[in-house]
Amino acid sequence: MVQSLNNLSETPSQTAGPYVHIGCMPTFAGNAGAYDEEIGTSPIADGVTGEIIEISGSVFDGTGTALRDAMLESWQPDAGGLFPGQPGADPAVSGLCRFAADGVSGEYRLRTVKPGGFSGRGGKWSAPHISLWIVARGINIGLNTRIYFDDEDNSADPLLNAIELKVRIPTLIAKKTGPGQYRFDIRLQGEGETVFLDI
Amino acid sequence: MTDLGALVPRNRAVHPPAYAPDYKTSVTRSPSLPLLSLESGPSEETGPVFGHNRFGALDNNLILNWSKGAAPAVGERILVYGRVLDERGRAVPNTLIEIWQANAGGRYRHVKDTYFAPLDPNFGGCGRALTDDQGQYQFLTIRPGAYPWPNRANDWRPMHIHISVYGHSFGQRLITQMYFEGDPLIALCPIANTIRERSNLDRLVAPLDMTMARPLDFLAYKFDIVLRGRRQTMFENRLEGL
Repeated sequence: MVQSLNNLSETPSQTAGPYVHIGCMPTFAGNAGAYDEEIGTSPIADGVTGEIIEISGSVFDGTGTALRDAMLESWQPDAGGLFPGQPGADPAVSGLCRFAADGVSGEYRLRTVKPGGFSGRGGKWSAPHISLWIVARGINIGLNTRIYFDDEDNSADPLLNAIELKVRIPTLIAKKTGPGQYRFDIRLQGEGETVFLDI
Repeated sequence: MTDLGALVPRNRAVHPPAYAPDYKTSVTRSPSLPLLSLESGPSEETGPVFGHNRFGALDNNLILNWSKGAAPAVGERILVYGRVLDERGRAVPNTLIEIWQANAGGRYRHVKDTYFAPLDPNFGGCGRALTDDQGQYQFLTIRPGAYPWPNRANDWRPMHIHISVYGHSFGQRLITQMYFEGDPLIALCPIANTIRERSNLDRLVAPLDMTMARPLDFLAYKFDIVLRGRRQTMFENRLEGL
């Protein structure tokens, strides 16, 4: 017998279910007042530096139907590409937002500051992007993806360049629809399926 | 506690597959193309930090927090406690744990739950806590009831508590469910059984712990949570090409 590694194994995921909002977004579940202050209600505070943008879209299942019970979380750096906690980061950027697909229309809306690009491990430059994590009934482990922007230079981004099937790259790029307005639809399955990440 | 290296890649064999057809909703909500695998970067290795100042005194007491301490919820009083660790067995301190659950009759306080078991006027069903410097957390709550759900014609969820954890980085984000030792519905549940190996499902089943029960007050169940770890070697931060 060889030595034991003594490592632990990650706790298995389970679906967040249809009532995830009770725990993470009480007001959305109809339970306003459960907490004095809910977590992740906005990724930015007053006085934030940079361009305020609004991203909207839907999460579609394999039949083209918009999910009306999905919860999304976004995580991003400030306009200068610094994440909360990094030296010099904008104190008005908390970076985290929780938002939900509307219970009737399935539309989500994310109001935030446009993130800056940044240099990652090995000095590789990442184009501006927002990380997304999607949970819902029927999703057994949260899905990771990213929102890039079609009015930025994405040509050198290491993640986009790692997508072997180039036709899939546009699934990660939000389309500008007006000043400060972007559209980003997520397709869980089938035609135009969004690239999801194991990262 | 230093967070330096890349996240250890997820061993997806311990997790449920996206497509698990006995859980019917997963059929149309599972990606059919492979995930894109990459080494983690700043987007995954950083994450939100939550301060104690945002938390109320009753946030981890579901027996009292909905009524703001005015009256207790109905049901079997239990303590749910445990530790958050990483894959190297190190404590994960100051991390946010959130839970949500049905009441003792299996009814959720949510605008979309229409099960005819009644709401408990003194039970909201959500709680949150930060782990201490040893990675420990605890909640006081009532044991949730089983409830029926529209999957196969007679499917019932076992008693369970939903648990959401952050860790110290966005790439450690995890939502899971805690089940209760001895519940015969676990073996029948298509959601619990999305997990391929029984030994991994067993890790979601909290044992009764009489040593933490308080006589004449509450029973106790232990639930430890393991999050992804990070690589930490002296070779970690070499410059490209060296």
